[in-house]
Amino acid sequence: MMQTALELRNLSKTYHIRAGGGLFPAVNTLHAVRGVSLILPRNKILGLVGESGSGKSTTGLMALRLLEPTGGQILVGGADITGLDHKALKPFRRKMQVVFQDSYSALDPMMTLAQIVAEPLHIHGLGSAREQTDQALDWLVRVGLDRSYGSRYPHELSGGQRQRVAIARALILRPDVLVADEPTSALDVSVKAQIINLLQDLQAEMGLSILFISHDLSVVRSLTDSVAVMLAGRIVEQAPTEAIFADPQHIYTRSLLDAIPALNPKDRQRRSFISPAQIEAGTPRYSAAALGIPPSDVPGLVQVSPDHLVEAVVTP
Amino acid sequence: MTQATPRQHGPLYFAWRRFAANKAAVVSGLVLMILVLMAIFAPLLTKTNYDEQKFLTDAYAMPSSTYWFGVDDLGRDFFSRIVYGSRISLTIGFSSALFSVLIGIPLGAAAGYYGGAVDWAVMRLIELFSVVPSLLAAMLLGALTGGGFFTIVLVAALFGWVQVCLLVRAQVKAVREKEFIRAAQALGASPGYIIWRHLIPNSVSPIIVGFVLAIPLAMMLEASLSFLGIGVPPPLPSWGQMINVGMNFMYFYWHLAVFPTAALAITVLAITLFGDGLRDALDPTLKGR
Repeated sequence: MMQTALELRNLSKTYHIRAGGGLFPAVNTLHAVRGVSLILPRNKILGLVGESGSGKSTTGLMALRLLEPTGGQILVGGADITGLDHKALKPFRRKMQVVFQDSYSALDPMMTLAQIVAEPLHIHGLGSAREQTDQALDWLVRVGLDRSYGSRYPHELSGGQRQRVAIARALILRPDVLVADEPTSALDVSVKAQIINLLQDLQAEMGLSILFISHDLSVVRSLTDSVAVMLAGRIVEQAPTEAIFADPQHIYTRSLLDAIPALNPKDRQRRSFISPAQIEAGTPRYSAAALGIPPSDVPGLVQVSPDHLVEAVVTP
Repeated sequence: MTQATPRQHGPLYFAWRRFAANKAAVVSGLVLMILVLMAIFAPLLTKTNYDEQKFLTDAYAMPSSTYWFGVDDLGRDFFSRIVYGSRISLTIGFSSALFSVLIGIPLGAAAGYYGGAVDWAVMRLIELFSVVPSLLAAMLLGALTGGGFFTIVLVAALFGWVQVCLLVRAQVKAVREKEFIRAAQALGASPGYIIWRHLIPNSVSPIIVGFVLAIPLAMMLEASLSFLGIGVPPPLPSWGQMINVGMNFMYFYWHLAVFPTAALAITVLAITLFGDGLRDALDPTLKGR
């Protein structure tokens, strides 16, 4: 049995949006995330893909307890951290770190890089100030920068360099889990590849488990071990990376794959937006008998082959 | 670590460069510096103390080479009074601004960071202070307590913090949405740590601007109260009180009204222009110019 680094059980987030002003505004309910269950095995990279607004970043923020879920559970290394307060959560914060998309806003402009990278050690009171700075400078080297960068400020760096600093800050506490929220979306192609390689190397060296949130399927394909596809706040398909790319089951997954730009002009096709009605019509259908389950026990996701789950309509 | 790298510059260095390019602000800064030096070294610049009635026989004398700004109705050297008056004005201005900042920063930071009920409470408090005309409130408080130096500082701070608080609140609200705040939260930093280490350092600009712009407001309040007779008690030389006395003789001995008015106007104008220059230099929207 594989060890789990991070597990999400039936996680949901609901927003109540007040429409209009007045004394009694209408309240609309928005389900940003509905019942997402995920398992991130130790030492693996799990890709979470979907279009903008599908709830993938919200899921990542909830997994980090940066956003309070309205329902469900978050387990880190088997321990439930859902209801923990600030103090009880602090030891778990060391085990779970994050890299954001916008590296410019992710670094405090008033701090030098050495201060930024040493901050996690400072917050957790690890070592003397001198040791903290020294370790921070070592990490700058480890992410491919130079020790002399320690006295620089974020505005002096390029986007790729800033993202390296953000990675150093996230990993200096040697966490078990890294949530990478679109870390390469704001970078150009060559820099993107460098950051991906860096993440890959560090993952192998440190035995990291990474939840890699992205809408860029080519990156996901080269980096991840398995993939979960999100649509409108729920997971519609989940499988090992090869299976998703070789044999997509859900119509939405197929449309995402079609959206990868083709290198050969002859392979290019016109792509169109798929409507909710098309998704409804294209959802796979199975009968309970064929799946070998009792009709009363209809799951949200149907297992079509080992490790390959897909959202389906199950008829009795 | 002995590499020859060029000197690194923080964000404040670039603000300084922008400030140095603004001529009006630099000149105001110089004027302000001269005023502050004048206030500090007043005993060296004047021939008498501010309350010595040494020239009673020359009372009402016009400005001359002996009496640069003339002599007032009670036989005191008017130049000495004006110079010592800058001490009162600047002390009240700076200490009120300091107290304004001390009240405004924590309230503004808390309102901006926590939002919700805290923000609501602070905003209602701000509204309360902004709807009451500060001069009227100051007159009431001054009349009740008999005026005096500390009452004026207190009243000026009580009405001066509102501006600082609004500036800090707006900045904190903007900065707290940045991802480095989220990153700090993900590291397990407490709200106090985040406010102290990230939000306040990133709000230095509005804090400096708020501080500088609170000074002329307090000075004007002091002058107004002293003009009305419930400010700094005589014989302490307050420009406002000197203007009040000088008004009585304005058509015959113009110097008694003109010099304190000019002193007040120049000081307030210099600080305001200096503050405006600082605000422009520190405004993040001008970054990268």
